[in-house]
Amino acid sequence: MPGPAARLIVLTGVTGLLIVLTSHASTDDISPGERRSGRDFMAPETQAIQADDTANPGMLWVLQGAGLWTQKAGPADQSCASCHGAAQASMRGVAARYPALDAATGKPIDLTGRIAQCRSERQGGTALPRDGDELLALTTFVAHQSRGMPIAPPDDARLTPFRDAGRQIFTTRMGQLDLACASCHDDNWNQRLAGSAVTQAHPTGYPLYRLEWQGIGSLQRRLRNCMIGVRAEPFATGSDDFIALELYLMQRAAGMEMETPGIRP
Amino acid sequence: MTGASAAAALLMGIPGTARADDTPVRPLAPYVVTADAINEPLAGQRGDPARGQVLLSERHRSLCILCHALPSGAAPLQGTLAPSLAGIGARLSEGQIRLRIVDMKRLNPSSIMPAYYSLYSGARTAPAWQDKPVLEAAEIEHLVAYLVTLKE
Ligand code: HEC
Ligand code: HEC
Repeated sequence: MPGPAARLIVLTGVTGLLIVLTSHASTDDISPGERRSGRDFMAPETQAIQADDTANPGMLWVLQGAGLWTQKAGPADQSCASCHGAAQASMRGVAARYPALDAATGKPIDLTGRIAQCRSERQGGTALPRDGDELLALTTFVAHQSRGMPIAPPDDARLTPFRDAGRQIFTTRMGQLDLACASCHDDNWNQRLAGSAVTQAHPTGYPLYRLEWQGIGSLQRRLRNCMIGVRAEPFATGSDDFIALELYLMQRAAGMEMETPGIRP
Repeated sequence: MTGASAAAALLMGIPGTARADDTPVRPLAPYVVTADAINEPLAGQRGDPARGQVLLSERHRSLCILCHALPSGAAPLQGTLAPSLAGIGARLSEGQIRLRIVDMKRLNPSSIMPAYYSLYSGARTAPAWQDKPVLEAAEIEHLVAYLVTLKE
């Protein structure tokens, strides 16, 4: 039987680039016409909760985020609104194109990372914890401004190697159960894992309210759960690996409609 | 760091299957594969069908019903990622069932079914699961003892 070394061979090529050969799941991409949001796999009652803002519990975080948007903080005594004005105008479409390249580091940064950066570097406030309620609420509020807009990843060649890295992660078999994201979400999206629809893993609704969580959660929280499910060590929250994966997922969902705040079972 | 080398560095995290500590790896009981079957019980010990039935439906431990349907299960909660196990004892011999649980990838390298009695695992296996099979030999024998009774 082939051992791990045979199934995951890492070579350093002449270019200095890492080339990783894996026995990955078949990587047949989902054709654009076949792409479906996780929303379409839900029961009609759950879809109705998402569609009705007075019933959608995710709207509570949108409201909380709207409050934080105008709240002054830090030694600069500035709010998000002091610089950006009304989010309805200035933040429209922003979430649909994140993660984006951060000029200072030359690396992609996701929406939550950008908000956290504004908070600590521009407002000079205390750093907000990545999966804490305030940063989640601000991210939900900002992403909500793009609801109904098509996902539009930036056409920036500098992002290509990071997207490729994300795709590599997506198609690598991981964990004791030896399954790739693609094993389920590309190859078996029309099946059920016990009672749950497997779905195509499109990041359209995040941050979203999961009935199982009884709360709002980030895309990285969802990815962490899938990694723990296959008994892999999840990437660290906010890590470059997770951002590369997010970047690939957004590219894979390009043109699909933003739904924040989504509802999922 | 240039974009390309930064992205390459990300992949360094992927083959992270290095062991967390120095606990010696306990070897698996050896077995002999004849054609597409393992005819002798693992570790020479037959299982208990009643315990196999319980284990089969423990979705967080054996995981079987995440993917497979069972004759007794409630339809909306059944997995559809794999063939139903109804009638498996009539379709396959005891030894064929054993090999499929021990290491399905020996028959189909691209199978999504985990190899249950193998020290092989994918990238970044979490420390708690490293260097151990998904199920122990005795547990697999309980499952085999139950599955052979599913004749229809
Ligand atoms: C064994 C199957 C399996 C594997 C492997 C798997 N997932 Fe999932 N994933 C699911 C299921 C099932 C759901 C539906 C959520 C639920 O109900 O638990 C899901 C949900 C998701 C969602 C949410 C989609 C939505 O509409 O909100 C994303 C995104 C996702 N997975 C990404 C990934 C990524 C990235 C990986 C690899 C790191 C991965 N998954 C690995 C089964 C899997
Ligand atoms: C992640 C999915 C998954 C899990 C978990 C899983 N299987 Fe499977 N199993 C499959 C698939 C898919 C097949 C079809 C054969 C293939 O992959 O080529 C299969 C095939 C089989 C077969 C042969 C079926 C036939 O009709 O020929 C048996 C027996 C079996 N599995 C038993 C089990 C048992 C027992 C467990 C739990 C201890 C289990 N499986 C867990 C996916 C799974």
